[in-house]
Amino acid sequence: MKLTLKVWRQKNGKTPGEFKTYQAEHISPDMSFLEMLDVVNQDLITKGEEPIAFDHDCREGICGMCSLMINGVAHGPKQAITTCQLHMRSFNDGDTITIEPWRALPFPIIKDLVVDRSSFDRIIQAGGYISVSTGSAPDANTIPVPKPDADKSMDAAACIGCGACVAACPNGSAMLFVAAKAAHLSFLPQGQVERYQRAVNMVMQQDLEGFGNCTNIGECSAVCPKEISMDTIARLNRDLIVAALKGIEPAAQPAEARAG
Amino acid sequence: MTGVLTLYRTSVGKKVIMAVTGFILVGFVVFHMYGNLKMYQGPEVFNAYAAGLRELGYPVFGHEHLLWLARVILLVSVVLHIWSATMLTMQSQKNTFANGVSGMRRYGEKKRQTGYAAYTMRFGGIVIFLFIIYHLLHLTFGVVGYGPGEFKHPHGGEYEVYSNVVIGFQNPLISAFYLFTMVFLGFHLYHGVWSMFQTLGLNSAIYTRLLRGLAVLIALAVVIGNISFPIAVMAGIVGPAA
Repeated sequence: MKLTLKVWRQKNGKTPGEFKTYQAEHISPDMSFLEMLDVVNQDLITKGEEPIAFDHDCREGICGMCSLMINGVAHGPKQAITTCQLHMRSFNDGDTITIEPWRALPFPIIKDLVVDRSSFDRIIQAGGYISVSTGSAPDANTIPVPKPDADKSMDAAACIGCGACVAACPNGSAMLFVAAKAAHLSFLPQGQVERYQRAVNMVMQQDLEGFGNCTNIGECSAVCPKEISMDTIARLNRDLIVAALKGIEPAAQPAEARAG
Repeated sequence: MTGVLTLYRTSVGKKVIMAVTGFILVGFVVFHMYGNLKMYQGPEVFNAYAAGLRELGYPVFGHEHLLWLARVILLVSVVLHIWSATMLTMQSQKNTFANGVSGMRRYGEKKRQTGYAAYTMRFGGIVIFLFIIYHLLHLTFGVVGYGPGEFKHPHGGEYEVYSNVVIGFQNPLISAFYLFTMVFLGFHLYHGVWSMFQTLGLNSAIYTRLLRGLAVLIALAVVIGNISFPIAVMAGIVGPAA
């Protein structure tokens, strides 16, 4: 396969970036999208040029590191997969492919296609946990969990925190991520104690980081590699309203937001 | 009280304000469309409806009491709806700002994966707001769109809204503007009705299809009802009183 790539190149967060065009030749249809970029980079290195920087790690769709806007769709044209699971057979010989980084204020560009997603970590720090006293492991099945709840919790827990939801959102909202991280705890008995405080803290931290707000468009769920449902957002909204009725305020010291 | 502060301070809280005021406004447009259907029953019934609105809730409520209560609630709702929309839009535009633009345009290429209606909410909202101002100046106050003496103001408890509507909609440009706005109102209702349940946390996998259906039903009923009025006048179905 021969392809033309329009790639966003940016030296660092301070310099403005631009699209550059590259020719990708000798591409096998069985290569993954990232392997195709590896081949292009090898070519660039041989020519003495700077290789294209992109995030990747496990290359099997579970780590959430890969993060490309491919032809205007987060993680490319196929549904329910990450960029590393996308194969070149999804494209045609001679295609022009546009590759861009995630774009959102709380995801500052580090280099080329690599963005800093540590704002997600700070949202987790603000409430995406349960507090338990450590000690010897409790017996299995001492706390019964209904199977439908366990399933819903697992569906939400499938979120790998890749940030495609933010990238695809016209508002740059992180609500699908926040909602998934709140829902996988709120469906389980262990998550009940801090449930409402968690909702307030995580939403507050999301706002502080500078993410946009949800207008229920659904772009996030449509591109989510783990197909997280918009239901989780309704659930988070419900928890926040209940928290407000209970008079719960955001915790005194939110994690420091770096963006802004 | 601290809970109210939480709503005010978070983006979700502002959306709750948006949803609750939206609920009130949806109630109004449905009622408004239903009431105006009386123009098909002739001038007497339609003019009596206008007069009857002043006696809404009688004998529990006095003359125009409930009407004024409704007007105040609606006005406050419109103001809060626009305020929260403005705050939320500013937050989103700041966040998505890249390469001198924001929203979807921040990418060199972006493909829409979902329905079109949700994307018209902000522009459509502005169109609807401008329409409300024009609509009040037109059919309520008779300041615009009428030749001298054509608009009949209420006099001594007598309302001649029927003749005002017929003369008002005989102008094709004004009717076209009304029809144009209804397209945006339709999109606004289709996304907004479902969206307010989602925002209030009343949506779930079980209810989502039901609520989408409700949104389609309300949007279609309001749009079809409303566009029928100028069309009926221009087609002569609703003509001047004999």
